[in-house]
Amino acid sequence: MSTDTTTPAPTPAPASGRPARTGGLAGRIDWGKWFTRAVLLWLFAPVAAMVAFSFNDISGRQNVSWQGFTFKWYGQAFAYEDLNHALFNTVAIGLLTMLIAGGIGSLLGLALGRYRFHGQGTTNLVMFAAISAPEVVMGASLLSLFLTMSISTGFVTILIAHVMFTISFVAITVRARVMTLDPKLEEAARDLGAGVWTTFRLVTLPMLLPAIMAGALLALALSVDDFIITTFVSGETSTFPLWIWGSTRAGIPPQVNVMGTLTFSVGVLLAIGNIVLARRRR
Amino acid sequence: MRTRRAPYFLVLPAWIWLAIFFVVPICGMLSVSTMSGNVIDGFRNTLAVGNYAEAVATYWPQLLRSLFYGFCATALCIAVGYPVAYWVSFNGGAHKSTYLLLLLLPFFVPQVLRTINWKFTLADDGVLFGTVKDLGMLPEGFHVLSTALAVICGLAYNFLPFMVLPIYAVLERVDHRVVEAAYDLYATRVQAFVRVVLPISLPGVFAGVLMVFVPTSADYVSASVLGGTHTTMIGNIIRTQYLVNNSYPLAAAITFVLMAILLIGIFSYARALGTEQVMEVQAK
Repeated sequence: MSTDTTTPAPTPAPASGRPARTGGLAGRIDWGKWFTRAVLLWLFAPVAAMVAFSFNDISGRQNVSWQGFTFKWYGQAFAYEDLNHALFNTVAIGLLTMLIAGGIGSLLGLALGRYRFHGQGTTNLVMFAAISAPEVVMGASLLSLFLTMSISTGFVTILIAHVMFTISFVAITVRARVMTLDPKLEEAARDLGAGVWTTFRLVTLPMLLPAIMAGALLALALSVDDFIITTFVSGETSTFPLWIWGSTRAGIPPQVNVMGTLTFSVGVLLAIGNIVLARRRR
Repeated sequence: MRTRRAPYFLVLPAWIWLAIFFVVPICGMLSVSTMSGNVIDGFRNTLAVGNYAEAVATYWPQLLRSLFYGFCATALCIAVGYPVAYWVSFNGGAHKSTYLLLLLLPFFVPQVLRTINWKFTLADDGVLFGTVKDLGMLPEGFHVLSTALAVICGLAYNFLPFMVLPIYAVLERVDHRVVEAAYDLYATRVQAFVRVVLPISLPGVFAGVLMVFVPTSADYVSASVLGGTHTTMIGNIIRTQYLVNNSYPLAAAITFVLMAILLIGIFSYARALGTEQVMEVQAK
């Protein structure tokens, strides 16, 4: 950080990365810190509302005002049959997307990072377009395709769409990792008599695995969250976001907030696990 | 020969998938957009260019509004996201990754659900304004929901991480010694920022702009949930024409106009900056 410079500032601020230039103003307010905290508060406000209203003791479906604390919605989390179906679809499509897009995207990322081939520029261009194309355009054009081909929309078409829009994200994540790999390691494996496949399985794949996992998880997250593209290609099939959307007019039942809170808790647990792991490594 | 063919085996599945379900549909939409007819009698391709004229003539206010909202939301994201990315990257210290995780944590809740709860927070009698109103600090008839402000804030809210992360990724790679060198040469804080840090971070801002402007200007969730009749965006129109009115040719024409505007924008933007650079930052 600031060890090898001859900064006139007396002492480098601990862990700040920048020398403390204003030694006499130790008590000054750190505006950046408070600004960042305010932004985080903004981001968490709706989530806090969601968690609070999952404990709201209401009668009927209008969950808009606070009427007392209860755990009962957690006991009745699966009371809506169609919500359970929607949730199941979301999880199933998410996991299948993770597998298919993870596989196809990783191969693409590997090829893009490792080889030079005909059509590479076009591939990059298409991926770039697939990432930056608006969701409404992708959804609408897919619906046009399914309509012209007389393919009925449902579970399979949602899956097709989700794999389509997540492939590029996986490929980019894997490509970034491939480009940082040292080709000498693979050469060494080959010098030691490993074949192409063995080299890949024992040397390349283990090194790529974190990126493949990251890409696949990204695909899962994007799939579970997607609403716009799914609306267009879902037909009669519902997913968790679609169900929430459909229930807004009638009033969102507390079960939705319960499930939202549960998925959020999964995120919190993952985050805590990550922090603990990082601490331990240090 | 083996290695020369290897990349093609690797890319083939992705090529097929993206060709059939991304490239072909978008080209196909071009043909749908020039059809005429209705959903009962069927559609025939009559090369009806009139759909485009109708699309632009009828929906130019929504188109312009979408681009304007997208622009405002992007500007808001830069204004809010840059300081956050800057502070976390330079002053986050040991808590850097914790801050990034906190930033991403709300996104474990589906976007639709978050936007709906954001609406409850903003509602006139909601937690935020209801309380302030009870204290008599707001004028009668004050409301935020159903205004452009609510929609723009909703858009910025939903896409903020897409701005913070690319900027953070670039700022993380800034060699702090370069900044210190600027101080050594008697640069003030502002000078060091404007002449050293800002230029280095611009690719991140550009990537962020792309990641935020395109989805926000085509979004319709925020406009539907937080907006009113005067804040309809082009995404709402496309959705209604496709899924409610079943007037596919007109809907395809509107979609194509939107995409043409955005793609021309994106590609001239990417060309000016170099596609690789923009995509590389996205990957981080």
